[in-house]
Amino acid sequence: MSLTLDILSARAGHPVEPGELIEIDVDLVLANDITGPLAIQEFDRIGRRRVFDAARVVLVNDHFTPNKDILSAEQAAQTRQFARQQGLPHFYDVGEMGVEHALLPEQGFVCPGQVIVGADSHTCTFGALGAFATGVGSTDAAVAMATGRLWFRVPSTISVNFEGQTRPWVGGKDLVLHALAHLGVDGALGASLEFQGRAVSALSVEGRLTMCNMAIEFGAKNGIIAADRLTRAYLDDRPRRPEVGPRIGAAGPRIAAGGADRVAAYTFDATRIPPMVATPHLPSNGVPASEVGDVPIDQVVIGSCTNGRLEDLRLAAAVLRGRKVRRGVRCLVIPATPTVFRQAVAEGIVETFLAAGAAVSTPTCGPCLGGHMGVLGPGERCVATTNRNFVGRMGHPSSEVYLAGPAVAAASAVLGRIADPEEVVT
Amino acid sequence: MTGRVWKYGNNVDTDGIIPARYLNTSEPAALARHCLADLDPSFAAGVRPGDLIVAGANFGCGSSREHAPLAIKACGVCLVVASSFARIFFRNAINIGLPLLEAPEAAAEIQSGDNLKFDDQSGVLTNRTTGRTWTGRPFPVFLREIIEAGGLVELTRRRLADEEVRRP
Repeated sequence: MSLTLDILSARAGHPVEPGELIEIDVDLVLANDITGPLAIQEFDRIGRRRVFDAARVVLVNDHFTPNKDILSAEQAAQTRQFARQQGLPHFYDVGEMGVEHALLPEQGFVCPGQVIVGADSHTCTFGALGAFATGVGSTDAAVAMATGRLWFRVPSTISVNFEGQTRPWVGGKDLVLHALAHLGVDGALGASLEFQGRAVSALSVEGRLTMCNMAIEFGAKNGIIAADRLTRAYLDDRPRRPEVGPRIGAAGPRIAAGGADRVAAYTFDATRIPPMVATPHLPSNGVPASEVGDVPIDQVVIGSCTNGRLEDLRLAAAVLRGRKVRRGVRCLVIPATPTVFRQAVAEGIVETFLAAGAAVSTPTCGPCLGGHMGVLGPGERCVATTNRNFVGRMGHPSSEVYLAGPAVAAASAVLGRIADPEEVVT
Repeated sequence: MTGRVWKYGNNVDTDGIIPARYLNTSEPAALARHCLADLDPSFAAGVRPGDLIVAGANFGCGSSREHAPLAIKACGVCLVVASSFARIFFRNAINIGLPLLEAPEAAAEIQSGDNLKFDDQSGVLTNRTTGRTWTGRPFPVFLREIIEAGGLVELTRRRLADEEVRRP
């Protein structure tokens, strides 16, 4: 049985089958300053005075914050007011706020066997710790906040194996961009993507979070990786939060095994995957960074729920240390959480970025979705460690986004064109 | 409902349907003014109540923003036909009452500007330009319950009220 079916069966109280519609209890409901206000409005229409469990509703003002304009300030105020009125202990605002999908695992909200819904498509990130986590809309989030339950169509599972050992400068982002180039943006439509294999087991939890983060870019319902020794070690370092643990079903590590619910399996040889770039305007346009030719760039963004964790910043700093961002390129580094920011300061990484001529900002989703803090003008080209490069994603519809991991992004900042890290660090 | 077809290709994403720079409000009328802004700048000004959107595979991929189906619905679009839908968009549309029809053949054959009639009771779609008709696959019972209740919030309200009545 696949990991996802195992979790959903435990939760439903009977062995579930792909295609079956089930209504089950959820452990955590997440919303942000864009999807939250709409969810709150729908929550109010349902007519329940209180959320089902204040500890299990997490609101994070991370998208248009620090507020980009008056309307977005009003939206942030709506989640703030709701959190106060409902007495939500887990409301994160500027100062404590981080990019939600980096913040929640870091702060111990995610553990194996949970069922998590979030009004943000990248909620699938949390599957890296062995949870079933999926993005939903604001109405779904409202109903989950009111009742603690939600309906799901049980997905079939597609397993993606990465055998072999990753090459230098290659991380979770390169592996996932490579797989995405093969499967396509609807290659796992509505399915569960289970990442496994030696190269995945060898990745840090941070690298695994990057991989599951992009499950949605395959059209998948969720991404998931079996919990193992590294997962346990990661969880041991987090704050303990039994109040958000699985309400039903075991929390123990689950081991993936063959099963009839698997509809497809792909195997890639990680030793053959180089640092990757996805060219405009689909995340599935992945090609080796060394093969895109001379593509000059205007901006680099290093951050986001995909690649804004400490390991990502360390990798970017390893490329930028003792080097300069090329004149004419704006390089923005956005640590995904305050903890990442503080650690980056303590390790001297922030100093490395500043010395290189990069701008370092407080956590925000800002530029990834063309919100603020690095919006692109007409015809501008950006290398971003984010997850989407659709038309107009980061600004003007004629601007272009190339997706990459932090090493490629940093190397590109140094050379002023898309570059493989090997071209910079020899 | 009858209306004109606006036809698009595969992988219409939610940034294309409603760019994030307009997400500082969730007011449907405000969202409608920018619907498909980056994909087809002529859409928002030209769309009329009863019009239809027809597209290829994976319609609504990308972000979970419910603002996307809300914007389309607020434009008066009576039906979105696609060869397949991205799953979060699909949920959101069902939950807010925007009718969808997953019909690969219809999505391939219908052309921009065709005049279509959609009967939301029978689920029959008629191309009045060519005379062809299609019927979508019926939704599972639970999804039909959501649609018939007028959305997931209405259904939940009703169920919670029933629970209150049953409680001694």
